[in-house]
Amino acid sequence: MSLNAKIRFVQLSLFYGAFAALKRVSMTMAERHITALIGPSGCGKSTLLRTLNRMNDLISGVRITGQVLVDGKNIYGPGTDVTELRKRIGMVFQRPNPFPLSVRDNVAFGLRVAGLTSRSDVAPIIERSLRAAWLWDQVKDRLEQPALDLPLDQQQRLCIARLLAVEPDIILMDEPCSALDPIATGKVEELMLELKKQYTIVIVTHNMQQAARISDVTGYMLLGDMIECGETAVLFTNPQDRRTQDYLSGRYG
Amino acid sequence: MRLVSPKWTQRIAVGVLGAATLATLLILLFIIVFVLEKGLRTICWNFLFTDPQDMGRAGGIFPTLIGTLLLPLLALAVALPLGVGTAVYLTEYTREGRLTRIIRFGTDCLAGIPSIIFGLFGFIFFVTILKMGWCLLAGGLTLAIMILPTIIRTTEEAIRAVPYSYREVSFSLGATRWATVVKVVLPNALPGIVTGVMLSIGRCIGETAAVIFTAGQALHLPHSVFDSVRTMSVHFYILAREGISAKNAYGTAAVLIISILLLNVTTYWLMHRFIGRRT
Repeated sequence: MSLNAKIRFVQLSLFYGAFAALKRVSMTMAERHITALIGPSGCGKSTLLRTLNRMNDLISGVRITGQVLVDGKNIYGPGTDVTELRKRIGMVFQRPNPFPLSVRDNVAFGLRVAGLTSRSDVAPIIERSLRAAWLWDQVKDRLEQPALDLPLDQQQRLCIARLLAVEPDIILMDEPCSALDPIATGKVEELMLELKKQYTIVIVTHNMQQAARISDVTGYMLLGDMIECGETAVLFTNPQDRRTQDYLSGRYG
Repeated sequence: MRLVSPKWTQRIAVGVLGAATLATLLILLFIIVFVLEKGLRTICWNFLFTDPQDMGRAGGIFPTLIGTLLLPLLALAVALPLGVGTAVYLTEYTREGRLTRIIRFGTDCLAGIPSIIFGLFGFIFFVTILKMGWCLLAGGLTLAIMILPTIIRTTEEAIRAVPYSYREVSFSLGATRWATVVKVVLPNALPGIVTGVMLSIGRCIGETAAVIFTAGQALHLPHSVFDSVRTMSVHFYILAREGISAKNAYGTAAVLIISILLLNVTTYWLMHRFIGRRT
């Protein structure tokens, strides 16, 4: 796995007040790969994900030591423009969360915020993003309809289209399928495999089968520690650490 | 053994609650019908659009109609930006702490002060110390101070009701805090803010004491913000209090009720259209 390292965590620790949510985590994530983070609730996998777009900044009392390198640059270093960083690193949330706006306005949101307002400039980007999220054919005649009227899996793909419009190169997914049924989950997973050709994807999931199906590399976390990470096929069939074995075979907790 | 079976307790509860609702509605309806019945006959084109004659004994109420329109507008023009700004600052830009609690406690206290106190303050500060005299501006500023707490608190509640996830998404798409406030928080809080504005307009329109103290009671059309005006409520109060004309007093009251009704209906209609487009 000596591929182009897009993301590197170097001895990253994160504290909520005195509580250590991440303990000296080190990990590398390759470009145009899917990296899955698994582990029981509260193990710090979502926290780790959120250090990448600095969403933890919004919580008071968070302290960070160590480094998070994206394209070789420490995003916690001085002079990081957090707004720019978040445009480069998109995020899909657990529950589909379109704004109560039309389908079109949802996809255009990031563009408008960035100052792109002319309809003729925005229209092609909207189409391209919806196509990339495999939603164009379903919604092309209903762009003015409320996004909240779409079925849940289409809403989630709309959220993906919304972040693609901003042209990120990394996509973070925080349990993106936990609100979806198996068929809808399948569609989103297929989409992820397609997106990986162009984007670096990091996904947090509770669903071990999902990690096994789609990810190239998996990291198993427990109580803020990165217990083990490696190629998904290897980690799932031949885990090195006893705790990983226990978790994978369902003997944890 | 129970004295009354649960089924009967339930029936009695429903009956009592229903009766309370009915009583409220009937009282409200009675007042409206009573005023309209006494006043509706008086309302005609001339009553609405001509100047009063002989202190209001004859003629119309046109200047008071304009006064009732201008005074709340002026108050809102001042209080809305200040109030919404304060609410946004308190909710989006500060962390919850001692200072925000003190500010919030302060606005709550302010909201409970009787309007006559605001009137007295306006009279001393705007009319006398700033030498504005009784005028539209002094009245507008006084009413603005009076409705500021309402606007701050209703806006704050409305902003708090906007799901946190909306903000999270907005930030994750590279929006700054300001862009998030303008594009996400305020549009979604709008219905709540409008409710606060409606309440405030209602208070302004119905206010008498604070208005007489600061905007005066001149019975002519104002030519600038430094002219004195009389609102319908004040007009109505003076006509009735000084026994000038009960008939015209009821007429004015009827116009007042109808205007408030129209105001409410239009706002709800606009809101439904607006929200219908958004969600």
